[in-house]
Amino acid sequence: MTLRLREALVQGIRREGERAYPAECCGLLAGRPGSVKDVTRLVPATNRRTDDPHRYLISPDDLRRIEAELRDSGEEVVGCYHSHPDHPAAPSAFDTEQAWPWYSYLIVRIDRGRAAELTSWVLDDDRAKMSPEPVDVLSEV
Amino acid sequence: MSVTVSIPTPLRPFTAGRDTIELAGDTVGQVLDGLVAAHTGLKRHLMQEDGRLRNFVSLYLNETDIRHLASTATPVRAGDVLTIVPSIAGGSPAATETKAQLSHAEMLRYSRHLLLPEVGVSGQRKLKAARVLTVGAGGLGSPLSLYLAAAGVGTIGIVDFDVVDLTNLQRQIVHGTSTLGQPKLDSAAARLTDLNPNVRIERHETRLTAQNALEILRQYDIVVDGTDNFPTRYLVNDACVLLGKPNVYGSIFRFEGQASLFYAEEGPCYRCLYSEPPPPGLVPSCAEGGVLGVLPGIIGSIQALETIKWIIGAGNSLLGRLLLFDALKLRFRELELRKDPACPLCGSNPTIRELIDYEAFCGIGAEPAYTGPEISAEELRREMNAKGNELVLVDVREPHEWEIAHIAGARLIPLNQLPERLAELDGHAEIVTHCHHGARSMKALEILKGAGFGKVRSLAGGIDAWAERVEPGLPRY
Repeated sequence: MTLRLREALVQGIRREGERAYPAECCGLLAGRPGSVKDVTRLVPATNRRTDDPHRYLISPDDLRRIEAELRDSGEEVVGCYHSHPDHPAAPSAFDTEQAWPWYSYLIVRIDRGRAAELTSWVLDDDRAKMSPEPVDVLSEV
Repeated sequence: MSVTVSIPTPLRPFTAGRDTIELAGDTVGQVLDGLVAAHTGLKRHLMQEDGRLRNFVSLYLNETDIRHLASTATPVRAGDVLTIVPSIAGGSPAATETKAQLSHAEMLRYSRHLLLPEVGVSGQRKLKAARVLTVGAGGLGSPLSLYLAAAGVGTIGIVDFDVVDLTNLQRQIVHGTSTLGQPKLDSAAARLTDLNPNVRIERHETRLTAQNALEILRQYDIVVDGTDNFPTRYLVNDACVLLGKPNVYGSIFRFEGQASLFYAEEGPCYRCLYSEPPPPGLVPSCAEGGVLGVLPGIIGSIQALETIKWIIGAGNSLLGRLLLFDALKLRFRELELRKDPACPLCGSNPTIRELIDYEAFCGIGAEPAYTGPEISAEELRREMNAKGNELVLVDVREPHEWEIAHIAGARLIPLNQLPERLAELDGHAEIVTHCHHGARSMKALEILKGAGFGKVRSLAGGIDAWAERVEPGLPRY
């Protein structure tokens, strides 16, 4: 599946990653799944991992609350985003181990404080690895 | 009793798109078993291979997390709703702290690092935040700990229980003549702190054992193996795999060395390369076989390099590659290493799930014991004086050892030539064999006894005991 989002949302993720540097940022992607996953907005989430700046955790309680809020507008969680400070925008072993199927995992590399490449990944059905997913960025008119 | 299971969006591809499923069962566990039996694709996402729920799967019975109830044994009633809720987690590859700030003095000290874009301030801060354990403060541990300390690794743990001996100083450059006789930990800590007072040295003055290894290794991000024996090497490897830590491997022998990075989370472990240790005694230690002093300097430096690259996340690591170095030919070679799916430790069906008895695994204590009549150095001196030529002293060491020191009146017949040179010996004479410390001499006794020689004894403690107690003018080695 392709992940489609507006340029402004991409910029939003990049800014959040830069602001959190050298720690990681994390948040959820709200959208409407169809033949492509259309991301409608970003939902910044609280990172519940406070012991290690290179780990993030969005708790099930937070996810339930956010999903309930989205339900009224017909949106749902289609994935999440997080930053890799000074590491490539590719899933770590830990990312893969923790991943859910179907969700899109957007990763932005923050290179010495500046946002660099942004990629999206989806877990393979056999959980062996995550595969890249095309990202369609809609430029603003 | 029918319970409604609510399926989250990411799992609906495995339930034909359905968001709720009605299932029967008396407990949460039974309902789950029914769910994965009806929709088999769900199982690997919800459960680990041992059948336990994955840590990122939360289950709510009505409004309560079952972890606050009786987990999967929680009873369910008709009309209950069981909701599967994801926790979403992840993180970047090296979970190293980056909070560490650099002082102005540190900026200056590390300026040559800061000038490299691949290191820079962020890499230097990662080094400062890193916790590295080096196992052994000997040949490999010396260059390794010196370069790690110089590079600004914030915390270096060292495991060693030995004292500095004169024979160490030909290669163990973290120690010095002024620290002879001191514990290696004290000697190394003093030198490393002098090199870089910003580094915190954590001392583990103990032999690494199956009882303490997990506790010690757990405290560090990365482990560097500078051991000189197989039981400890397997122990370090196994503990690293069980704890999910990278293991920077190095080994040396005479003129040859090896190095690699083992990390079972992303590649092979030491057991994927060598599933079984060599038979005991086949590979001599450095104390038995010798080692060129600069060789551990090269291999230990490569281990330091791989450790630093791992911490800062730069370049291509030795993961999946075994580096072989031949000092005499001055040649590096490389072998590709693959994770062994049948590896008993990190393969798909591991049989080793906890630390084992490594001495027994490596056959130590089980090797055939060579025993025979012995004679002390003092008694040998008395008998040589009394019996003169009636007593034949056979030195079974190698000619280059003979050149270092030999006992006047001894005959040199190296152990490997002994079976062919038995005719040189008088079958009726009293024979005493000797070597460096006594082990080879015992093997020589077996050969002589097997050939029918009756009056044979071995010098206990070898020429070393002789030089220590009888002839102090003789050099020791």
